[in-house]
Amino acid sequence: MIPVLLILIPLITGIVSFAFSAADMAKKIALVSSIATLGVAVWSVCCPPASALRFDEAWLPVMGARFTLEMDGMSKMLCLLTGISFPVIFLAIFRQETKSPAAFYGWMLLSQAGLLGVFLAADALLFYFFWELALIPVYFLCSIWGGERRIAVTFKFFIYTFLGSLLMLTGIIYLSYHTPGGSFALSAIYKAALSESQRNGLFWLFFIAFAIKMPIFPLHTWQPDAYEESPTAVTMVMSGIMVKMGLYAVVRWLLPLYPQSAIRFADVIIAFSVVGMLYASFIAMQQNNLKRLIAYSSIAHIGLMSAALFTAQPSAYQGVMVQMFSHGINVIGLWIIADAIEKQLGTRLLSEMGGLAQKAPTLAILLVIMGLANVALPLTNSFIGEFMMFNGLFRYNMVWAAVAGISIILAAVYTLRMIQKVLYGTVSPVTETATDIAATTKWALFIGVVLIIAGGIYPQPLIDLTNDTVQALITKH
Amino acid sequence: MNAIIFSALWGVVMMFSGIVTQNKRYITAMASVGLLLLLATNCLHAYGIWVIKIDTHGTLHFDSFGLFFNAIIFFSTLLYVLLSGSDIEKTGVHAAEYYALIFFVLAGVSILTAFNGLLMLFLGIEIMTIPLYILTGADKRNLKSNEASLKYFLMGSFSTGIMLMGIALIYGATGSFGIAGGVTVAPSTGLAIRPSFLEIGGLILLFASMCFKVSAAPFHFWTPDVYDGAPAVFTSFMATIVKSAGFFAFVKLFDSHTAVLGDTWYLLLPFVILITLLIGNITAVFQQSVKRMLAYSSIAQAGFMLFALYGTNDLSKEGLLIYAFSYSLATIGIFAVLIKIKDYSLDGFNGLAAQHPFLAFSTTICLLSLAGIPLTGGFFAKYYMLSAAIKAGGIFWLVIVAVLLAAVGVYYYFRVIQSIYFKTGTPEFHQPISKAFTWGMFGVAVMIVALGLFPTMLLNFFYF
Repeated sequence: MIPVLLILIPLITGIVSFAFSAADMAKKIALVSSIATLGVAVWSVCCPPASALRFDEAWLPVMGARFTLEMDGMSKMLCLLTGISFPVIFLAIFRQETKSPAAFYGWMLLSQAGLLGVFLAADALLFYFFWELALIPVYFLCSIWGGERRIAVTFKFFIYTFLGSLLMLTGIIYLSYHTPGGSFALSAIYKAALSESQRNGLFWLFFIAFAIKMPIFPLHTWQPDAYEESPTAVTMVMSGIMVKMGLYAVVRWLLPLYPQSAIRFADVIIAFSVVGMLYASFIAMQQNNLKRLIAYSSIAHIGLMSAALFTAQPSAYQGVMVQMFSHGINVIGLWIIADAIEKQLGTRLLSEMGGLAQKAPTLAILLVIMGLANVALPLTNSFIGEFMMFNGLFRYNMVWAAVAGISIILAAVYTLRMIQKVLYGTVSPVTETATDIAATTKWALFIGVVLIIAGGIYPQPLIDLTNDTVQALITKH
Repeated sequence: MNAIIFSALWGVVMMFSGIVTQNKRYITAMASVGLLLLLATNCLHAYGIWVIKIDTHGTLHFDSFGLFFNAIIFFSTLLYVLLSGSDIEKTGVHAAEYYALIFFVLAGVSILTAFNGLLMLFLGIEIMTIPLYILTGADKRNLKSNEASLKYFLMGSFSTGIMLMGIALIYGATGSFGIAGGVTVAPSTGLAIRPSFLEIGGLILLFASMCFKVSAAPFHFWTPDVYDGAPAVFTSFMATIVKSAGFFAFVKLFDSHTAVLGDTWYLLLPFVILITLLIGNITAVFQQSVKRMLAYSSIAQAGFMLFALYGTNDLSKEGLLIYAFSYSLATIGIFAVLIKIKDYSLDGFNGLAAQHPFLAFSTTICLLSLAGIPLTGGFFAKYYMLSAAIKAGGIFWLVIVAVLLAAVGVYYYFRVIQSIYFKTGTPEFHQPISKAFTWGMFGVAVMIVALGLFPTMLLNFFYF
């Protein structure tokens, strides 16, 4: 019941939204719809009966594919993150004018439906369907409403991810022929009878698809361009939620299926992840473009999560769960601020900024909080997640932990450098006319700050929520 | 049988309709009625009702697979006439003859779906292709159209020669025109007798000529020029209905012969699939004209359909039905729009979404289906083909290559979508787009999406 509602609310309101030409109407529909979705997501977390968390209907009986949706701890957590993010995003851009808003908000809601579907699907073919459905709206959003180089950049992003998902599709078909009864159901796929070499091959087919989505070095090249050129609302969806698709998929569709292969290739993947972290951090340090800086910082954070997933340590798994949620909140907060700054100053180049704290004190305080959360300072939500992940990485291999640890220092360097360049120093000419941010944006950021601090002080509910997923993963491993 | 007789008869009726009336609207309406009746008689046959009972002495064999395929073909043709009928009328002065030729092609198709011997196969292929030579040259005052027609005719007759040679060799080896091949077992030893060199040679010649008919590489060279030169309405017909029928015959012919070819088959076919996919996809990327791009993309799609030959299991047969239907729907749709646009280059589509949002939406669904995006029929078409190949086993590497090339396909199909949605401009049409056409295109889009959600719906019809 709940999973169906989660998908249907954004799907139907999204389609309906296309029909409204009045600008405000689409906006309001989107906001109301996203709050309704949030309500259902919260309900799913508050211990509903177990039967309400599952939905199973015949879909394509000939092929053995069923329309199965299921919610465990991780699904609930990511649905909650998606549920929170969309109202926050809509609130943040509430005062902004978009051209043809009906289509814009329609596509946004459709992408939400696709994302929620990915987090809920418990049937491989259905999962693939939603995986693509989350992509198509984003393709249109970026190509129509994006920046100057939008068409080429989005195209690169699209082809990249589409290629990955096709590889996954062949893997899924191959897998289904080796399950008892030729089914696509998650439970059946876990039981697939495969030889070791088959497992290793399939592991890479799936992993490349997920690695492109996360993205992991060296498959990340689409990401900074796409983040920079997309309209900010879409960038928030992409960096806050879409990258979690990759991590989620690794936990649900990769590690439990091929645990031996995961252990066998762990070193290679951790190496790529850790190298990617350092690489992205160094680039972020040199970055003069605010948006690209945040994009690279995001690659670094995702790299740590992906490395932690392959350590096979319970604490690392737990850390990833907490961090997926926290990173979503933090990065969306950062994007909202970056967008507000760009709208105010008309530039995203750090070299032209300076002294914004004097002109927009509220914005300055919020940016500092978001920045500190990005560095994972204690008492912010990402501290606990990063701590647990490093703990796991340390147990797995001290050297990798040490190398990855450097990126924490680098994170502090580039984040503080950004804060300093934007907020302090002499008031630059572009900052001269700046005023404080709009009330709705302030509210959106306020929600973010509450979540950051609450998560930093008392992360236990999040850990409890996702505990069942972690336990299931450990027993499979 | 009903379909063969009725389509031939209605072809004659269409031919003479030109004498009775000069109003082309009536002629198109007559053709549509004829197609509806054709569809109906074909369904009657499926329920065991014969209009005329003729003993064909086993040269024709009707099964539900073939009859269902007929229904798909007739339905696609009906759609094609409804969407592009007004453009067929405008190709030249002989509208009635064009329709007559289309019905003769359908008669050929009906034979191809029922042939039970090499002679009938040959007759079917010839009846199907000879009208096409004429249709290709229908634009009489256009040099390119004439060139295409001549080229198609010369190359086509050459491949027919090869086919006849193959049939002759097989007849020489086995003493029969039957298509029930297979390896004979020596009664004394119980071991399989090695098929004679003549038989293998004949089969390979047949294979080559069939590859020519479905424009599989390396026998594809005629395709881009002919598709590009022919009037776009008839390109649409050739690239969809005729090509699907060719594939049907191809699969039916080689269903039982793979055992005779043995290892040769598993060397030959993957090679043909590989280069067809490579040439089709890679070359399509560099095309600036949408019409030419669609010609190359039809080669690429043929590469995917060839997987049906490799599988030869139930999945591949079902897959061929779904592939033929979804590919025909989408291609007829995109061509119907292309015909109306003056400029066939990518820029001709610029700004279509701003001018006709509804039409642009339907066109985009067609393109997404050709690219194989989920929720469209094209996805399940590709899915079935890959699935059949994976089930048959042995060429997983080729499946991976096919998938990589499908991503290349996304590139060139999406360039059209980019022109439609993200570039500014005003597309120029030969005549204003009518409401009926827009709704017709929307109908096609709905069918594609329905097929993408419930492909089994189509198959349920098949299993009755």
